[in-house]
Amino acid sequence: MKQEKSIINFLKNSAKDCNSMENNLILKVTDLDVELEGEKIIKNLSFEVKRGDILTILGPNGAGKTVLLKTLLGLLPHKGEIRWKKNIKIGYVPQRLPFIKDVPLSVKDLLKLKKSFDKETREILGSVGFKENLLKKKVGDLSSGQFQRILVAWSLIGNPQVLLFDEPTTGIDIEGEETVYRLLVKLKKERELTILLVTHDLSVVYTFSNYVICLNKQPICCGFPQEILTPENLQKLYGAEVKYYRHTH
Amino acid sequence: MSQFLLSLIVGIFVGGASGYLGTLMLSKRMALVAGPLGHLTLPGIALALIYGFDISLGAFPFVVLGIVFIWLFEIRTKLPMEALTAVIFASGVAIAFLFLPIGQAEAALVGDISKVNRWESAISVVLTVFLFLIIIKIYPKMVLINISEDLAKSQGIDVKKHNLIYLILIAVIVALGVKIVGGLLTAALAAIPACSARNLSRNLFQYAFGATIIGIISSSLGILIFELTGFPAGPLIILVNAVIFLISTIFKR
Repeated sequence: MKQEKSIINFLKNSAKDCNSMENNLILKVTDLDVELEGEKIIKNLSFEVKRGDILTILGPNGAGKTVLLKTLLGLLPHKGEIRWKKNIKIGYVPQRLPFIKDVPLSVKDLLKLKKSFDKETREILGSVGFKENLLKKKVGDLSSGQFQRILVAWSLIGNPQVLLFDEPTTGIDIEGEETVYRLLVKLKKERELTILLVTHDLSVVYTFSNYVICLNKQPICCGFPQEILTPENLQKLYGAEVKYYRHTH
Repeated sequence: MSQFLLSLIVGIFVGGASGYLGTLMLSKRMALVAGPLGHLTLPGIALALIYGFDISLGAFPFVVLGIVFIWLFEIRTKLPMEALTAVIFASGVAIAFLFLPIGQAEAALVGDISKVNRWESAISVVLTVFLFLIIIKIYPKMVLINISEDLAKSQGIDVKKHNLIYLILIAVIVALGVKIVGGLLTAALAAIPACSARNLSRNLFQYAFGATIIGIISSSLGILIFELTGFPAGPLIILVNAVIFLISTIFKR
């Protein structure tokens, strides 16, 4: 994978003083400010991610969640500090690929855009539960569940340690949702992944993550879901009275 | 070497390369760009016809100018591409007809392949081969950029640089294309084979190869029919393309 200079520099700079970073720390963000087209999208955000965390970023539409992910990847300019662990490999699954239906692209074609198809790719497809006989199918003809799996497979090529996942269940039915998250948990265990997950779905936060950042342009709350997601905090986050009943099993 | 053969060779190479490059005109944005560029060649062609030099040579600086315009406008203003292209379309044609003698209008608007000489032929072929090689090299990255700029950037692809290369390739192909189809139809020369190929392909190879072959076939057939009937080659090529497209929609997978 040939990396553009600026991305390499970004990761290098963000990894300086890496010796001072504990072994367990994957990412440290300090006083992050992101401004786009004159509007402050993220104000004063600080948090840490440890290896093995599943961190969810929760907030309403327009809260800056996607912007945060893109900034962490070095795709957007920022003020403040973003420090990734040295030599970290990151996999990214964007929220939407609206134009993918315009290209006559087979699944195999799509995967080959990242890396030539080899044993590793085969193994990843097995990991995500994607049947090989579907490789010849056009990407546009996949069901949303299958498409999601391919996106996850894509992000796993190159063996990343961290996955950045932007609202994986947009537009998928309930059954599809369950499977994607179960898949993520399974992959996390198999590959010792750390996962940063953007979502607006409270149940996902409770069920799967061990740490949540509530974001609505600025940090509203951070911490363990069980402690942080109080009705008051949720009201602050969503700006309206939110009633959420937590099923305890 | 007969004139017919020279015309045919230029048609095959430029038609094929146009079809191939056209497969990368996927997003609306990229497709919109080719149209006005074709129209902007008209002032350049007019100058070339009046002063008697190669029309591609006349067209090229104007296409480059057009690209710079579009590039700058895109960055500076919030004007949508549709508005910009409409303005550029009209201006190009209007300026050309301020001074183009009406007798030479046909050559400018729809091309005149029978005028191509040995020298022009050779240069067209060499440039086209060069183009082919570059397109082959950037193809996967361009497809990824078309699918998702974010994914491409996260892979370390320099999106700005590749978009620029793509625009330059379009400029060259448009400048070469004016010899065959004139200023008005260059966008079609690139876009229609790709549309036909899209209907018939299941994967990237079929798509790219298909569009190239369709480009070659339609140019060859168009020039052949011109040789036999005397109707202008440029429009014939586009019509053959259109017929192939119609057939492809019938057999759409």
